[in-house]
Amino acid sequence: MNNVHLRKVGKIYAGGVEALRDIAFDIPDGAFCVLVGPSGCGKSTLLRMVAGLETITSGEISIGDRAVNDLDPSERDIAMVFQNYALYPHMSVYDNMAYGLRNRKTPKPEIEARVQEAARILEIGHLLDRKPRQLSGGQRQRVAMGRAIVRKPRVFLFDEPLSNLDAKLRIQMRVEIKKLQRTLGITSIYVTHDQLEAMTLADMLVVMNKGNIEQVGPPLQLYERPETVFVAGFIGAPPMNLIELPEGGVAGLALENRPVAPVIVGIRPEHFELAPVGTPAPLGISMQITAIEMVGAETYLYGALDGRGREVIVRVAGKAEQQIGERVTAVAERHNLHFFDPATGRRLAVS
Amino acid sequence: MEKRVTFNGRLLPYMLLAPQLLITLVFFYWPAGQAVWQSFLIEDAFGLSTQFVWFENYQILLSKPDYYRTLAITLTFSALVAFLSLSLALLLAVQADKHIKFASGYKTMLIWPYAVAPAIAGVLWLFMFQPSLGLVSHAIRALGVDWNPVLNPDHAFTLVVMAATWKKIAYNFLFFLAGLQAIPKSVIEASAIDGASPMRRFWTITFPLLSPTTFFLLVVNVVYVFFETFGIIDATTGGGPAKATQTLVYKVYHDGKLGADLGGSAAQSVILMLIVIGLTAIQFRYVEKKVQY
Ligand SMILES: Nc1ncnc2c1ncn2[C@@H]1O[C@H](COP(=O)(O)OP(=O)(O)OP(=O)(O)O)[C@@H](O)[C@H]1O
Ligand SMILES: [Mg+2]
Repeated sequence: MNNVHLRKVGKIYAGGVEALRDIAFDIPDGAFCVLVGPSGCGKSTLLRMVAGLETITSGEISIGDRAVNDLDPSERDIAMVFQNYALYPHMSVYDNMAYGLRNRKTPKPEIEARVQEAARILEIGHLLDRKPRQLSGGQRQRVAMGRAIVRKPRVFLFDEPLSNLDAKLRIQMRVEIKKLQRTLGITSIYVTHDQLEAMTLADMLVVMNKGNIEQVGPPLQLYERPETVFVAGFIGAPPMNLIELPEGGVAGLALENRPVAPVIVGIRPEHFELAPVGTPAPLGISMQITAIEMVGAETYLYGALDGRGREVIVRVAGKAEQQIGERVTAVAERHNLHFFDPATGRRLAVS
Repeated sequence: MEKRVTFNGRLLPYMLLAPQLLITLVFFYWPAGQAVWQSFLIEDAFGLSTQFVWFENYQILLSKPDYYRTLAITLTFSALVAFLSLSLALLLAVQADKHIKFASGYKTMLIWPYAVAPAIAGVLWLFMFQPSLGLVSHAIRALGVDWNPVLNPDHAFTLVVMAATWKKIAYNFLFFLAGLQAIPKSVIEASAIDGASPMRRFWTITFPLLSPTTFFLLVVNVVYVFFETFGIIDATTGGGPAKATQTLVYKVYHDGKLGADLGGSAAQSVILMLIVIGLTAIQFRYVEKKVQY
């Protein structure tokens, strides 16, 4: 069983920077766990602590029910794909992949078989004699993947492995990584700050912010029921509209059964529907369009609520006939509304 | 777009180059030419007449076992110094690369010897190891070794090897440290994750990636031992005892200045020049090609 447990893990760097605080979650055997969050939130730090490249200041990390706090990276039986690939520049592609097996005294014929197998899966068989500097970025990425999979480790670690690739290749590799992980069934931890990558890859999504965990769960759960304002704003593109309602409410927004206390109401652009003025609905807004973004299959209307310049995004299917400067009204269903406490940022149960 | 300085006149570039060219001509080409010319001449014992003899000086030189002994000493000397100063410097650089905390103080201390003039370094070592007064000699004697570099050829040889090594460590250290810092951290980390022990990481990743630096330093160190250790040898042992510490360069000086055999001494200089040219050629040819990865 190659599950990964993190218990109250904390990290304070030399110099006093507190990078992580009380991180606790379990990754089940074979799951694909994605750590996502804005730059500097501590994703890499956490991944490197699992790898053994950073010391663990407090708490405990265990892999397969064995605490690894005091183990050298070489003893943890993990494989890592680095953002810059970190291939050995003086070794051929073959040797890059064979290196880890040789270190573990694997018999020669088996090394040969495993490297050839990995090369076949990743379609890099024709590159085995080349040096890393003779490869394109995408090919280097594949070699880095190959180096990880030949070892058949307990856990795969990825630190933004796709961020140096162009957009098209990134999508292609994303699909391949997911497929590969499924077939091999190896527990994986994947770091990214691309929320789309996070949503598509993860079985289990961990949203981090400023060294804390905001929410852990399956991607759709985080999308449908964000527990904090941060998660609400982070997951989904374009992001959820988060409108702060003071006690007196705001002009241009009508909400049935409005809570008396100040509240943040969240509504995704895709949950709005354009409607004629005066349509009765649980939530209705009236806004003046300031910008129109057409993406093909859908269109985003950017607008400002009446009176105050608060920005709201509304998605409409297909092409929009509206013009900039036009006034529109949009409505949303009750079950698509999210409420958050402005003081704590936590989800409120409002009926 | 290429940035280029353009000169209006034809004369200006030459004038700008002139001082450097002049220095090279006066202090390098002219004496070198003189040496080549001298090596074809034999002066009679009283310095009254000179005779052009083609390669006779070389023939005489190469027929003397003495010359081969000096050659052997020089080769042993340079092999030892190059090996010791390179490996010690590498060891120190690896340590400095690890412990970033005290690194700056530690580095400064290591770089000091480089700033010391060779003759001064020689004198320092002479004092420390002087048989009757030297502090270190005292300690060695206390250990039961009859230390006497003034009379014992092996001791003298050990002394110059140590002094020459000490002098070159700082330079090598700087280059190794720069070389180590140029290796991406993630590559070393990848090898750790790939299951390599620290020792194996060093020999399979760090050391091969340092090879361009190592090769460059090897050539520089050999040239150093051949030519720049003159000051150290002159100050500590004067080539003795019994010529045990006489290197090729020291012999040029000894035969020419003290032995007044100008022709033979010039012939030795010419051979040394050829050695330097050879080493430089190797460096240019292979540093670019072979040691690249
Ligand atoms: N070696 C270090 N020493 C001190 N502080 C560090 C060190 N490495 C990272 N930090 C700090 O720890 C925090 C988390 O850094 P980390 O690299 O884990 O962020 P990240 O989430 O991976 O960001 P990114 O998406 O930009 O890669 C940051 O505030 C960073 O400045
Ligand atoms: Mg990072």
